[in-house]
Amino acid sequence: MKVITANRLLDGEVVWLGAEDLWVDALIEAKMFDGKEATTAALAVAAQAVADQKIVGPYDMDVTIDEDGIVPVRLRERIRAAGPTTHPQFRKQAASVRV
Amino acid sequence: MYRYDEFDHSFVTQRTEQFKDQVRRRLAGELSEDEFKPLRLMNGLYLQLHAYMLRVAIPYGTLNGRQMRKLAHIARTYDRGYGHFTTRQNIQFNWPKLEDTPAILEELAEVEMHAIQTSGNCIRNVTADHFAGAAADEIADPRPYAEILRQWSSLHPEFSFLPRKFKIAITGAPNDRAAVQVHDIGLQLTRNEAGEVGFEVFVGGGLGRTPMIGRKVRDFLPEEDLLAYSEAILRVYNRYGRRDNKYKARIKILVHETGLEELKADIEAEFEKIRHGVLRLPDEEVRRIEAYFAPPPLEVGSDLSADVEARRETDAAFAQFLAHNLNPHRVPGYTSVTLSMKPIGGIPGDASDDQMDVIADLAEQFGHDEIRISHEQNVILPHVKLSDLPVLFDKLVAAGIAEGNAGLITDIIACPGMDYCALATARSIPVAQRISERFGAAERQAEIGELKIKISGCINACGHHHVGHIGILGLEKKGEEFYQITLGGSANENASIGEIVGRGFSSEEVVDAVEKLVDTYMGLRTGKDETFLEAYRRVGDEPFKETLYGAA
Repeated sequence: MKVITANRLLDGEVVWLGAEDLWVDALIEAKMFDGKEATTAALAVAAQAVADQKIVGPYDMDVTIDEDGIVPVRLRERIRAAGPTTHPQFRKQAASVRV
Repeated sequence: MYRYDEFDHSFVTQRTEQFKDQVRRRLAGELSEDEFKPLRLMNGLYLQLHAYMLRVAIPYGTLNGRQMRKLAHIARTYDRGYGHFTTRQNIQFNWPKLEDTPAILEELAEVEMHAIQTSGNCIRNVTADHFAGAAADEIADPRPYAEILRQWSSLHPEFSFLPRKFKIAITGAPNDRAAVQVHDIGLQLTRNEAGEVGFEVFVGGGLGRTPMIGRKVRDFLPEEDLLAYSEAILRVYNRYGRRDNKYKARIKILVHETGLEELKADIEAEFEKIRHGVLRLPDEEVRRIEAYFAPPPLEVGSDLSADVEARRETDAAFAQFLAHNLNPHRVPGYTSVTLSMKPIGGIPGDASDDQMDVIADLAEQFGHDEIRISHEQNVILPHVKLSDLPVLFDKLVAAGIAEGNAGLITDIIACPGMDYCALATARSIPVAQRISERFGAAERQAEIGELKIKISGCINACGHHHVGHIGILGLEKKGEEFYQITLGGSANENASIGEIVGRGFSSEEVVDAVEKLVDTYMGLRTGKDETFLEAYRRVGDEPFKETLYGAA
């Protein structure tokens, strides 16, 4: 399974593509895409969001689902979703992501 | 300290205005990200994992209380209450909003600071010995020369699009604390037989994925030739440096591929063409710049008083601080004090807004308003009266920056690693924190003695792991963090690149591995006087391999 991620242009915040093509800042609200076709279509939505000055640097990333919700496969993406592991006070509040 | 002249003021203000307009155009959609990215990078603004990051230049690591207070204000107002001191003696803010950056740059300009040339393929912030102008072993203060290089290299049109970034370091003391031999150009101040000041010049040092020690191209470069010779080196590099592969684009690769003798000849030929031109440094101009760095009026004082000595006997933390965090000053009765930004279990190089305010106050109160940032990510008050040490120490304790660990095993350099950095392959800071906790007991680290651990979270080596006595490189292997250990690196006047000791370790294993190395050293050293590095150089890596991997 894939989700689409990027950084928000205005403040650099990590965001994911959610329902109704909105960019959400909690991974739990991200929309998941199964298969190449769905991912390609989602990346086209992201490209438009880049052109509209909403986000920068979108890409797709692998995730799995477990009892905690959506879990990125790569550590890098788990850290992006949760915030720096060294500063628990800056962890994203709504993110139910273990690093 | 150097004060901006009209030219400095006008170019910093112009650049701030320019960037303000560029941000406006980006947010209005007039500039695409591809168009904007090189512009923001030229102003020190990166996009990292979680947010933008603004890197602010601290030329040769020197600043005053007013400037430090401004950095505290920026951390408090526009960021999340802290900043991070870097190995280029700069400071990074990890959470600025794009729309706030023009205001931040305006605030910085008010105190003669900026973020120009803290990124991009240009000449970066020139770094210098953090004890410059104070150290007892100094031949001359390197900062006037660093300032002259700053003026020459700032917005230099010919060198704004080099094959790759370019770093210069300068030290004024024979004991190199500025790591000059691992820089693109390293300058070591020296005197010739006539007693004139000049430079030993090293070229092509660097870390990253291809670590190399700089090669000496001049035993003695006269002072007046500093700019002409630097320009000659840059011209040769700009012309012949590779642009086909960014991983082979640094000058060290050019030195390696061309050969030292041929490159030296190229540099000398270019130098011959320009040495009598506008770049020849007039003596009066050097003296004029030097005057900005005139030492504060310091009255010769006495040694530690009986009171201070008495406290040393009864207060272990104070004794540890005196033993490790003072550097001999050229004026009797004074010392240069290292404020440790490496609290046990803390994040190397991080300072809170409140700590920065305290540092500013203490510099004004006890340090003739001078502050230095070291490339080892600590803060220095270079001119402190010995008799002020007890009261200063108490204030440092209250601010949490009094750990007596300068140069010890918990005084670790660590890059931001995968907690922040988009390039990183593993985390660095948590490894540093765990090592710090493991060895945090004051007696234990004092017993181990000088031991420099340096940690990088990827092969770009921002954490200088190649020149750590123990170096740790974080990589990714099968989706897991994995750490390779090197031994025997050093960045001083006897610089060396560390050797990989063997297969790497998981995140769980790496601190135990470091402890085994330290225990092995403790077991084989000839005495407390033999440091880890000296012992390693004497016995080689066999005993260390054996302790980590068993007998071959």
